Amino acid sequence: MEANTSASHCGACCTKIEDLGVTIGSATILDHVNLHLHCGELIALIGPNGAGKTTLLRAMLGELPHTGELRFVPVRKDARGKKPRIGYVPQKLDMDSLAPISVRDLFAGATSRWPTWLGCSAGVSKEAQRMLAIVGGNSLIDKKLGALSCGELQRVLLALALTPVPEILLLDEPVSGVDQAGIELFYQMVSQFRKDFDLAILLISHDLPAVASFADRMIFLNRTILADGTPREVFGHPVVRQTFGYDFSATAALRKTVIPLHHGGAEKK
Amino acid sequence: MNGWHAFLGQLPFDWAQYAFMLNALLAVILVSPLFALLGCMVINNQMAFFSEAIGHAALTGIAIGVLAGLGNPLWSMIAVAILLAFAITLFRRYSAASADTIIGLVMSFAVALGVVLLSRGGGFAKYSRYLIGDILTITPNEIAGAAAMLAGVALLWMFFFNRFFLTFLNRPLAKSRGINVWFMEALFAAAVALVVTVSIPWIGLLVINSLLILPAAAARNLARNTAQYHASAVAISLVSGILGLIGSFYWNTASGATIVLFAMAFFAASLVLRRR
Repeated sequence: MEANTSASHCGACCTKIEDLGVTIGSATILDHVNLHLHCGELIALIGPNGAGKTTLLRAMLGELPHTGELRFVPVRKDARGKKPRIGYVPQKLDMDSLAPISVRDLFAGATSRWPTWLGCSAGVSKEAQRMLAIVGGNSLIDKKLGALSCGELQRVLLALALTPVPEILLLDEPVSGVDQAGIELFYQMVSQFRKDFDLAILLISHDLPAVASFADRMIFLNRTILADGTPREVFGHPVVRQTFGYDFSATAALRKTVIPLHHGGAEKK
Repeated sequence: MNGWHAFLGQLPFDWAQYAFMLNALLAVILVSPLFALLGCMVINNQMAFFSEAIGHAALTGIAIGVLAGLGNPLWSMIAVAILLAFAITLFRRYSAASADTIIGLVMSFAVALGVVLLSRGGGFAKYSRYLIGDILTITPNEIAGAAAMLAGVALLWMFFFNRFFLTFLNRPLAKSRGINVWFMEALFAAAVALVVTVSIPWIGLLVINSLLILPAAAARNLARNTAQYHASAVAISLVSGILGLIGSFYWNTASGATIVLFAMAFFAASLVLRRR
C-alpha cells in the first residue's frame, strides 16, 4: 500500500476549517486551528493527552461552541451551501454492559424515526445487515452492545457512521482496547473505505506506528496545529520528537510492519 | 368512569364493591405503564439518582406553595421540580464535580429547606401524606390528569424516542446525526420532573423513585433488546401495580409502598432468572 501518494484524492471537494478556537470556562482548549480536508484523504490526528484532539472533533460536529468557521466546498455545484454529512465513530458509548440494547436497536435508533421500543422495521434491519457485512460483522446484529468485544464494537460503530455514507468521517481513537492484529485490520478497512467511498477521514490515534503506515497525512495538534505533513515529515519534526520522546521517522518508513508499542509508554503524561 | 364502575362492580371481589378502589385501579393502570416507559430510559441513562432527587425536591415545592398561599401546591411543586431538573442537567454538563455529588447536594438542600419551611410552628405532620401518598382518594379529575400524562409521554416516545436514545448513548454521535442534544436533554428532564411530581400525592415521595426504576431494572435482567425491555417493564409495572393495590386493600397498608414491594419481588425473580 502506497499510503503517501495523493493520487487517489479527487481533491475537488474540500472541507475548510478556518481559525477555529474553543474556550471552555477560562481555559483555551483550541486556538487558531486551520485545516483543509480533501475527500479521499486519510489524515491522522496525533498529539499528547489533553492536546484538544477530541475537542476538535466535537467542535467540528457542532457539539461544542467554537469560534472560526467550518466550510464545505463540494464538487457538484448543486450541493454548494449544503452542510456536509459527517460520520462519527465515538471512542465509547455512555452505557453499562447490561443495557438491553442490541446492535439492531443501535442502527434503527440512529437511522430511522420509528421508535425502537416498538420494534425495528425489516427495511432498517436489512440495511443494518448490509452495512455490518462490509465491516465483517455479519453475525453481530442481534447481539447486545455490552456483549461485543472492543474490536467488534468499533467495527459496528464504523458501519453505523457509514450509514448513510458521509462526506467526512471522524474517528476518535478507534482502536483503543483492540489487539495489534485487530488494529491492522481496522486501519486496512478504514483505508479501503476512503478509496471506495471517496471520504475525507480524520482519525485520532495513539497508535503511531500503525497509523503511520495508512495515513496520507499526519497532523500534530497541541492546542493548535504544530506540524502538518506526511507521517515521515511530522515524525521528523523536533516538537513531535520531543513530545513522544522517540524518533518515529525511522520506523515510519517500515510499511506493513507493525511495531508493538504501547501508546501509554510513548506519551509524556 | 361510570362504565368502568358498572363493568368492574360485577366482579365477585370485596374490593370491587368500592368506588374508591375502582378509581384507584384505573389510576394504577394509567400510571404503571407511564412509569415503566420513563423508568426504562432513566435506568439506561444511569439517572436513577436524578429522579430520586427530583422527587425529594417536592418538599421545597410544597413549602413554597404553602407560603405563597396556594390552595393546592401542585403548581409550585412542578415549577420547583422542573427548575431543579434543568439546573442538574446543566451542572452535569459543565461542572467538573461528579454528577453524584451535585445531585446529592441539591437533594439534601431541597429536603432540608422544605422541612424547615413546613415545620415552622410544629405543623409538619399535616404534610406527611405527601411522604406516603394516597391513591385511594384520587379524584376523577386527577385520573384524567394521569391519562393526559400517559398520552403525552406515549406521544413523546413515539416521536422523540430514538433521538433521546442517541443523545444519551453518545452526545457527539447524536449531534453528528443532526439531533438538537440540548433540547432532548431538557425535554427528558422536564418530562421526568413533571410525571414524578404530579404522581407524588398518589404514590408518596418516599417510594416514588422505586416505582420508576424497579420495573425497568427487573426488565433489563430479562430483555435482550429495546422492544423486549420496554414490553417487560410495562408488564411488570402493571402487574405489580394491580397486585399491590389489591394487596393493600386486604392488608390495610399504604398502596404506594405495597406496590413497590411487589415490584421488588419481580426484581428479585428477574435476578434468579438471569443467573440461569
